[in-house]
Amino acid sequence: MWEVINEFLQTKGIYSLVMILFFLGVYGMVFAKNYMKKLMAMNVMQVAVIYFYLCFAQKDGGIIPILNGATTDPNMYINPLPHGLMLTAIVVSLGTTGVALALLMRIKELYGSVEEVEVLRRASK
Amino acid sequence: MMQHSPVMIVLLPLTASLLCMLFSKLKRKLGAYIVIASIVAAFVNAVITLQRVMGSPDRVIHYAMGNWTPPIGIEFVLDPLNALLAVLVTFVAMVVSFYGLPFVKDEDWLHVGGYYTLFGLLTVGMSGMIITGDVFNLYVYLEVMSLSGYGLIALGGRQSNLAAFRYLLIGTIGASLYLLGVGYMYAMTGTLNMADMGRLAANYLNSPLFAMAVGCFVIGFGIKMALFPLHGWQPDAYTYAHPAAAGLIAGCMSKVPSYAMIRFLYYVFRVDNPVVTAVLNAIGVLGIAGMLLGSVMALAQRDFRRMLAYSSVAQIGYIAIGMAMGNMYGFVGSVLHIVNHAFMKCALFLVIGGVVHRFGEVNLFRLGGMHKKMPISSIAMTLAALSMVGLPPTAGFFSKWYLMLGAFNAQQYIYIFVLVVSSLLNAIYFFRIIEQMFVQQEASLTEVHPVTTRLGLPISMVIPIAVMGLGVLVLGFYSSDVVRIIMSGLPEVFVR
Repeated sequence: MWEVINEFLQTKGIYSLVMILFFLGVYGMVFAKNYMKKLMAMNVMQVAVIYFYLCFAQKDGGIIPILNGATTDPNMYINPLPHGLMLTAIVVSLGTTGVALALLMRIKELYGSVEEVEVLRRASK
Repeated sequence: MMQHSPVMIVLLPLTASLLCMLFSKLKRKLGAYIVIASIVAAFVNAVITLQRVMGSPDRVIHYAMGNWTPPIGIEFVLDPLNALLAVLVTFVAMVVSFYGLPFVKDEDWLHVGGYYTLFGLLTVGMSGMIITGDVFNLYVYLEVMSLSGYGLIALGGRQSNLAAFRYLLIGTIGASLYLLGVGYMYAMTGTLNMADMGRLAANYLNSPLFAMAVGCFVIGFGIKMALFPLHGWQPDAYTYAHPAAAGLIAGCMSKVPSYAMIRFLYYVFRVDNPVVTAVLNAIGVLGIAGMLLGSVMALAQRDFRRMLAYSSVAQIGYIAIGMAMGNMYGFVGSVLHIVNHAFMKCALFLVIGGVVHRFGEVNLFRLGGMHKKMPISSIAMTLAALSMVGLPPTAGFFSKWYLMLGAFNAQQYIYIFVLVVSSLLNAIYFFRIIEQMFVQQEASLTEVHPVTTRLGLPISMVIPIAVMGLGVLVLGFYSSDVVRIIMSGLPEVFVR
């Protein structure tokens, strides 16, 4: 029994945590009643995707791939590509958050609130 | 110079829109002119590229960025399918960019520059998504397109901020799912190049990861293209978008993700494996539901723009069922409908944008006697409406014809039935408007921006409307040429 759990945690454990984080984010975006909370849940979801990339790029005892480093054995290197991709994804998520915050400020100015119920009530008037 | 034509499609508008604010600060409308000129140049380059693709022996052009050879480097791959769509997107963007000038006439430099910066970036995002051959590059362009799209929607006025914010939340779920799917595919195949990935993915067709990745891609693009149950963001976004940009947003922004879906399902994952077949069946069912419910919802609307938005849900359903048939005619019909619908929906949104500009009116029951006030717009609107219904000389008929052929060949008669029902519903809600415009007595409307010329609108708005309206007819007359281009770039599945 313990072996099965150990086996699961070793191979898939981290991925299931990432998946839980991802769907926690989606859940928050759907069910949170406050637009600011929705936005934070969106960030949680984006971070989950970033974790996912970093997890599958991880390697036990791997080193950074530098040409004149400690070793030139490519099997020892950690794949730098997912990390590079995630730098881009972080920038994108920063941009998205920036646009969302700007929109949220305008919503707050217009409707005087960022509570969903309140905003929808005032928008329908 | 000619060899760089693919990258120029993206590079010129990108440079121009990043410099736009600076030039707007120097002279109020200079930035706008530079962006428009760059989009015209991008269109010229797209046409050159299409010609080169059709002239080259194997009908594919590879452009390696900075000479890094793929699969290590990022490449642009142009085959007839995406070269055609690049021409389409840059053409629509070019026409709509002229159309925007009267809207920003009285604004200060910040608004003029901001509007045209976002507009240029939206064009960059869409054309980049179409011509790229790298899955992560596609994600970046997808986000460029979406972020500038949110900005343009938010510029539309009071209620548009809320619409843009909600679209942002839902759109980010879509983009994140796409990124997750890319992660699965990368972990499985170790490559990001589309052609390479397609080749290597053939070894993993039975892996659960593959099914997961396909699911992520389809839901992600489904959100972005407003496939039926995921279309919740779309009516508000289209309704409240900046009236000058609504033509481009409604015309192309949901078509580009549907192109990306076609690209992945037909060219990367291939349709001849059980996972993709199951997904295609699901898309077909969703398409049918979208066609019926979208049309019925459109029937119930009083706001012209909202009616068009729901009609877009139905039209995306057409593209979806064409995809789902999985045979050659369905594929051709689907791509042809992407092209035709971009023209039709753009024309309709340009017309209502003109009405908003001049009268500030969007209620479709208050458009009586519009043919006297805005003759050219009324004619363009009629042509586009007839095309939406699918009457013969107009473009809409031909894409529906190919979809019908596809349904007949796949022996899916339910598709034919739904196509007919949806067309009849289209006829109901569009003839209602044609009747308003030409038969009903004149509605008393107050002029927001009075126009004295007989054309009814400023000249830089009338010409785009006329071009789009005529475009629907011209596309209809030359649809055999468009089909020939599409046929020359069919996915391998149909060629074998």
